[in-house]
Amino acid sequence: MSSIVKNIIRFILFILVQVFVLDKVPPLHQFIVPYVYFLYILWLPFNINRFVLLLVGFLFGLSLDYFSGTPGLHAACCTLIAFLRPFLLNLLIPQETTEQSYIEPSIKSMGAAPYALYVTLFTFIHHFYLVLIEWLQFGNFLYFITKVAATTGISLLLIFITEILFFRKAKFKTNAA
Amino acid sequence: MRNIFLFIRRYFTFLCFVALQVLCIVMLSRSSKTHEAFFTNSVNEVTGRVNQQYSNFSTYFSLKENNRLLAEENSHLRNLLKQDYAAPDSSFKTYIDSLQKDSSARTYRKFRFLPAYVVGNSISSQTNYIILERGSKQGVKKGMAVIGPNGIAGVVIDVSDNFSRAMSLLHRSSKVSAMLKKDNNFGSIEWDGTSPYYLTLKNISKGAKVAKGDTVVTSTYSANFPPGFVIGTVAAISSDASSNFYTLKIKTATDFFTLQYVDLVENTRYEEQMKLEAIKPKANE
Repeated sequence: MSSIVKNIIRFILFILVQVFVLDKVPPLHQFIVPYVYFLYILWLPFNINRFVLLLVGFLFGLSLDYFSGTPGLHAACCTLIAFLRPFLLNLLIPQETTEQSYIEPSIKSMGAAPYALYVTLFTFIHHFYLVLIEWLQFGNFLYFITKVAATTGISLLLIFITEILFFRKAKFKTNAA
Repeated sequence: MRNIFLFIRRYFTFLCFVALQVLCIVMLSRSSKTHEAFFTNSVNEVTGRVNQQYSNFSTYFSLKENNRLLAEENSHLRNLLKQDYAAPDSSFKTYIDSLQKDSSARTYRKFRFLPAYVVGNSISSQTNYIILERGSKQGVKKGMAVIGPNGIAGVVIDVSDNFSRAMSLLHRSSKVSAMLKKDNNFGSIEWDGTSPYYLTLKNISKGAKVAKGDTVVTSTYSANFPPGFVIGTVAAISSDASSNFYTLKIKTATDFFTLQYVDLVENTRYEEQMKLEAIKPKANE
């Protein structure tokens, strides 16, 4: 399956899972909202153009927004992580080896520790920005801090489960492709 | 000039990023103020259809509960039938005041009820909405009230051809005029964003004798809601020593988790009332 088709299917699946499964979960507590949808952006290929990455991030966030009725909220967070992704990837992985031999970020292609750091940081950034925007509209500081912490925790747990359930075979890039 | 081009080329991604962020923030602020986001109408149709597919499937899980509610409502309505109130035959004449037209043959009707089916409903965010499968083609207008089988649920804010989006009571900007059923003390219902089971009733004067379990209903001041519809019951009372008002915690009558069939209520004099309320009274000079 070509990379584009695979990513389009992933796009749709992530949106549907977020809208119809995770957003329907009865709230356990006011601070805990499960999010995994942004994992899509973290899973995009290494060699994607930075401008395209921004656009994809924006559209991805926006399509979720139209389901949840908050146009701009998730789109802003997704563009932020799409913008920061190349910088962090450059820092975390040895340029010559990984980027040339693997297609997309995963445990196998980056190594467990750098990949965990990569996911944790972006989960935190995403929730920080999301709750910040929410907080600016209404809310207090304690609410802000605890919600970021709790939501990041639950999201990391979900991402961990996703990684185990959908173990992606790290594909080598071939010259033929 | 050349330097400008070089600058733009160098920081192209960054500039795009800033532009997209600004776009997002503008959309967000516009949507929360006026509820008219960019091309909401057409997008509403699309998301509405997807939501419809999902709820076609998920309705099967709550058929039993819905049947019970409908049966309950039916029996309640049957109890209101005119023949139930026939006075025993006696020497004096009874008038049943069922005349609904005035002398000029115009109807008195103020509220009209339209049934609607819920295709989308959120409860977990700070800004929750209810998506209904009924739109402007079927007579839905902005500002119409949404009433569930057990109590009120929200207010319509966006309408497309076949779908409409209502701001749920569980929305941080939602505000509904309410009163205590037993002594008609007015206040306003808001949501503090914490639990989908509880609302907050503010500005009830300390003169009111409130007790736990009191029923709270929609007030006669509201332009969208017909008076006397149940909102919930008082669950906790807190009084702030520095103000003259109680803040009450209200258990919602509507179960937002299982909302499926609702009624949309149109106030036929809504626009007239809004227009009058928008005019500032002239100060005496």
